[in-house]
Amino acid sequence: MSTLAIRDTTTLLRRNLRHMQRFPMMSIGSLLMPVLMMLLFVHVFGGSLGSTLGGGASYVDYLVPGILVMTVGASAAWTAVNINSDMSEGIIARFRTMAISRYSVLTGQALCSLINTVGSLALVIGVAVLTGFRPAADFTDWLAAAGLLVLLTLAFTWLGIAFGLAAKTPGGANSSSLPLQFLPFISSAFVPTDSMSSGLKWVAENQPFTPIIDTLRGLLIGTPIGDSGYWAVGWCLVLTAVGYTWARSLFNRDPSR
Amino acid sequence: MAITATGLRKSYGDHVVLDGLDLRVEPGTVFALLGPNGAGKTTTVQILSTLISADRGEAKVAGHDVVRNPAGVRKAIGVTGQFSAVDNLLTGEENLMLMADLNHLDRREGRHRTAELLARFDLVDAAKKPAATYSGGMRRRLDLAMTLVGEPRLIFLDEPTTGLDPRSRHAMWEVIRGLVAGGVTIFLTTQYLEEADELADRIAVLNGGRLVAEGTAAELKRLIPGGHVRLRFADAHTLDLAAKALDTASRDDEALTLDVPGDGGVHQLRALLDRLDDAAIDVQDLSVHTPDLDDVFFALTTERTTRR
Repeated sequence: MSTLAIRDTTTLLRRNLRHMQRFPMMSIGSLLMPVLMMLLFVHVFGGSLGSTLGGGASYVDYLVPGILVMTVGASAAWTAVNINSDMSEGIIARFRTMAISRYSVLTGQALCSLINTVGSLALVIGVAVLTGFRPAADFTDWLAAAGLLVLLTLAFTWLGIAFGLAAKTPGGANSSSLPLQFLPFISSAFVPTDSMSSGLKWVAENQPFTPIIDTLRGLLIGTPIGDSGYWAVGWCLVLTAVGYTWARSLFNRDPSR
Repeated sequence: MAITATGLRKSYGDHVVLDGLDLRVEPGTVFALLGPNGAGKTTTVQILSTLISADRGEAKVAGHDVVRNPAGVRKAIGVTGQFSAVDNLLTGEENLMLMADLNHLDRREGRHRTAELLARFDLVDAAKKPAATYSGGMRRRLDLAMTLVGEPRLIFLDEPTTGLDPRSRHAMWEVIRGLVAGGVTIFLTTQYLEEADELADRIAVLNGGRLVAEGTAAELKRLIPGGHVRLRFADAHTLDLAAKALDTASRDDEALTLDVPGDGGVHQLRALLDRLDDAAIDVQDLSVHTPDLDDVFFALTTERTTRR
């Protein structure tokens, strides 16, 4: 990126952060979902679901990686709604007629979402520890887990931006990003895929969430990772590329439709 | 030329918005694009300001082709759109600072320009309040102030006074006149004839995606008939005498007036007064009526509509 592009992106990032600070309900709302999900699964379903794991593993330890991925998904939905309502504002048309780096509007939003998501993840991990989460990870494991979460956030954020640009209304943006929040249910997030029916199991094992969650789980509580790590990174990179390219081309559409 | 456009066409599906538009705008002048709602005014501004692309035709703005060098155009222009382009969650001051940063001014210069514009647009008291709390007039002023941060030499004003009360409208006109005095070229769209008449050097009337007339306000007014000289008399008897002397006039017995058709030029007036003098008729009051732009506008736009 040229220095001007960096400068414009920083300027627009500052604008987005200020919005978040003035109107925090949306980002708090997106944080509430994964936290409530975690409490619900640990305290309500945890007893019976945990028994399916066998080997005396703690259910909260099993659950947290999935909840972290869900946090990223919920945050991406927030991004989609946010950019969709922003696009309907006249100020975006003004940006488009100014001599600024073309995609800094999108990159500014992406960086803001990244900051928001990392904050959410830290809070969710805090609540998880209070709930009884006891990771076995050492410093290198944490670093790798954090790296994977950032990669995942980038992927989901760009997909969220694309969903937000593609949707006609903020409500539409929210519904189109629902898969990012609810695909974890059909993955290894809550129960091992072995316990699912064969059709569902095929979906669960071949969708991007499962290798990502398995890798995180391996890093945090020491379960075997196998080749999940490569799949996880691969999925993140592919989804980032798809989201980024799609978002750019949507941004270049005639804004007047 | 500040702006040249030839054969601009734009349609959305079957709906033709611009149907071969040609424009030429001289630097340092105010050009008004006048037309009813849906005539294609905003679309024209969007194309010329690089926001959208035309289906066909070419346009050069500030010396740059809008398709081949949009960045060059963007550097030279400022746009204040129909729907105010301010950030509602930011304060007035933050909005202006945002523009300063995006215009790549350094911090000090940005602060200086912001303070100056807040004062010039009477927004100092509201500077620390979010733009969402501003009145319509304040938002438009902030909007225009934001456009001016980059000191553009060519400004597009898309219906800058639509929805404003008369006081705010006149304040906006004053600002626009000030810009013109500073040598800025203004491309104005409006649906108010009075506004075009007040501000513009040249007026183009847009209807159904085509220009139906172009010229100065005076030239446009000459396009249609309806001019007359109105004479008022002291009593019915004098009115009778005058009506006999001027056989082409139409009379109003109640108001004691005679309307003599014509352009109200010096020659016509002299001839008219000579004839009344010869007949020794006393005229109490004389006024010249030229058609106003409203007459022109309705004549031009209805003609077009009925022809369709």
